[in-house]
Amino acid sequence: MKRLLLVGNPNVGKSVVFSRLTGARVIASNYPGTTVEYTKGKLKLGDEPMEVVDVPGTYTLEPTSKAEEVATEMLAEGDVIVNVLDATNLERNLNLTLELLDTGKPLLVVLNMCDEAGHKGIELDFDKLEKQLGVPVVGTCALSGEGISALIARLPEARPGGPPQDPATRWARVGHIVEAVQRITHRHHTFTERLADLSLKPVTGLPLALLIAVVCFAIIRLIGEGLIHYLLDPLFHTLWLPLVTYLSAALGPGTFWHELLIGNLINGEINFQQSMGLLTTALYIPLAQVYPYVLGFYLVLSALEDVGYLPRLGVLLDTFMHRLGLHGLSVIPTILGLGCNVPGILSTRILESKQQRLMTATLISICVPCAAQSAVVIGLLGKHGAAGLLPVFGTLALLWLVLALIFRSFLPEEAPEIFVEIPRYRLPYPRALAQKVWLRARQFLAEAIPFVVLGVIVVNLLNTLHVIDSLQSLVGPILMRVLGLPSGAITALLVGFLRKDVAVGMLAPLGLSLKQIIIACVMLTTYFPCAASFVVLFREFGGRNMLKAAALMLAVSLTVGTILNLVL
Amino acid sequence: MVIPLADMKTDQMGIVVELRGGDGMVTRLTSMGLRPGVQVVKKSGQPLRGPVTVKYGATELALGHGIARRILVEAKE
Repeated sequence: MKRLLLVGNPNVGKSVVFSRLTGARVIASNYPGTTVEYTKGKLKLGDEPMEVVDVPGTYTLEPTSKAEEVATEMLAEGDVIVNVLDATNLERNLNLTLELLDTGKPLLVVLNMCDEAGHKGIELDFDKLEKQLGVPVVGTCALSGEGISALIARLPEARPGGPPQDPATRWARVGHIVEAVQRITHRHHTFTERLADLSLKPVTGLPLALLIAVVCFAIIRLIGEGLIHYLLDPLFHTLWLPLVTYLSAALGPGTFWHELLIGNLINGEINFQQSMGLLTTALYIPLAQVYPYVLGFYLVLSALEDVGYLPRLGVLLDTFMHRLGLHGLSVIPTILGLGCNVPGILSTRILESKQQRLMTATLISICVPCAAQSAVVIGLLGKHGAAGLLPVFGTLALLWLVLALIFRSFLPEEAPEIFVEIPRYRLPYPRALAQKVWLRARQFLAEAIPFVVLGVIVVNLLNTLHVIDSLQSLVGPILMRVLGLPSGAITALLVGFLRKDVAVGMLAPLGLSLKQIIIACVMLTTYFPCAASFVVLFREFGGRNMLKAAALMLAVSLTVGTILNLVL
Repeated sequence: MVIPLADMKTDQMGIVVELRGGDGMVTRLTSMGLRPGVQVVKKSGQPLRGPVTVKYGATELALGHGIARRILVEAKE
């Protein structure tokens, strides 16, 4: 099968073109380095299927970073190269195009974001550019789909350019080409450009960042609480409850199927939070307690990504982060981790040094609660207000700071200096934004439901086999003395290996005091990542690093739990 | 007056005259279009030797303070 490579500078829209060509849905965002791992898909060209590879963005074929190395190595294995350019930044993008021409591979040039170029008063003469380069040139606006059919139609015309030319004159040639094909008609400062300047100047940028954080948090709460109170809780209680109550009566409490499907009756009734059955708690917690917040979080995060705000936050916080031995851009994986640790850990690939990646990922898996977990913690402690929530999230934030400082004193190398392109602010495309939120929300359900179900089955199994009873008498006294937790919390800690939200939910029926709930919530966040994050840590950093991180987590969480027990 | 990019004032304009750094840094900056002869505007500088952002053509770039010290510009008033 022939292989088509999508190659271009970072953040020119390769992933959007990829989605359009293959129909595969991938996450595309408005900042460089969204695609950290190459993605493959298929395109049917006539009768001939073609493999399409979305290569991570690169500025040059002389690799200067790991991501660029990957891109350069991929190049050797491509049959056709589609070079995607940002039409609003022709000059800088053409340098790579000329390098690609020198490889002698069949090439087709796509000028993406043509609509935006139009808004900016940039006129491009495609025919002239085609003559200058000697390969086909197509204009697209991949977000709306404009020009994609023309791109597919002209794919067979892709051809090698002329013989290689002297690299030293490359920028001079770029200059000549731009002069010949580009005409800028008008140019005035737009509102978004002014906003862009304000969000980077420290005096205005930091208050703006704070304002954005507050607004984001308010929106997430509004969406989460709104959906729970006005849609999901009523649905579960008026429609689902009668059904499962009927089933419960039909099966008869105490039978095997009743235990598994319905779970325990609390005061003779089904309790969605506490019954621990597959049709009760295993459905209610992920769907009605967690999902609404996940949806809210991803809507806000995706909007921030598409607007192009996150790298600016990285620049603003860079000085502070360097004091901690981290890199400004570490904030991006960390914020993603607040949704789900798995994509958070994966996106540490935008960081250049391995040490930075490992450090950021370890901090995420120890101190950053995912949206599912936060939602359940809020559900459990929200009624106590700040007195309940602040100790949990405050401890986690403080722990993140302290751990970073400890790492810094042990690790050999300084964090590299920030070196990143700042994307333009863009208004998100509503359709593209909706698709992205939907894609992430679906991924959440696909990952959550199996583990939640497994967690509930394991709890039931352990109960039936009396494993928990013996564990409770064994570890219970230590748990009580050191952490001040009742032996019943062991089950929750065990389930936490599989799924943190269910585990936190399991604390509800134990009748814990506020202090005990706070300790248990902090412990559950820190002591171990859930099964899915564990797998990602292993894949990304290898077994040894994963084990080191795991040992650290256990030590940290025991220490923090003990301290909290003494201090609170 | 030739000064490091890091020392320019916010919104000041200048022309890049020299990149003083290792091959890696020079290759990287050049491939991103920041090279001698290019007109730049410093857009922001963070306090405490924090990163600097610079705009040239349609590109805006954030650079650590150390890198911005090694980019020399002929600054205009």
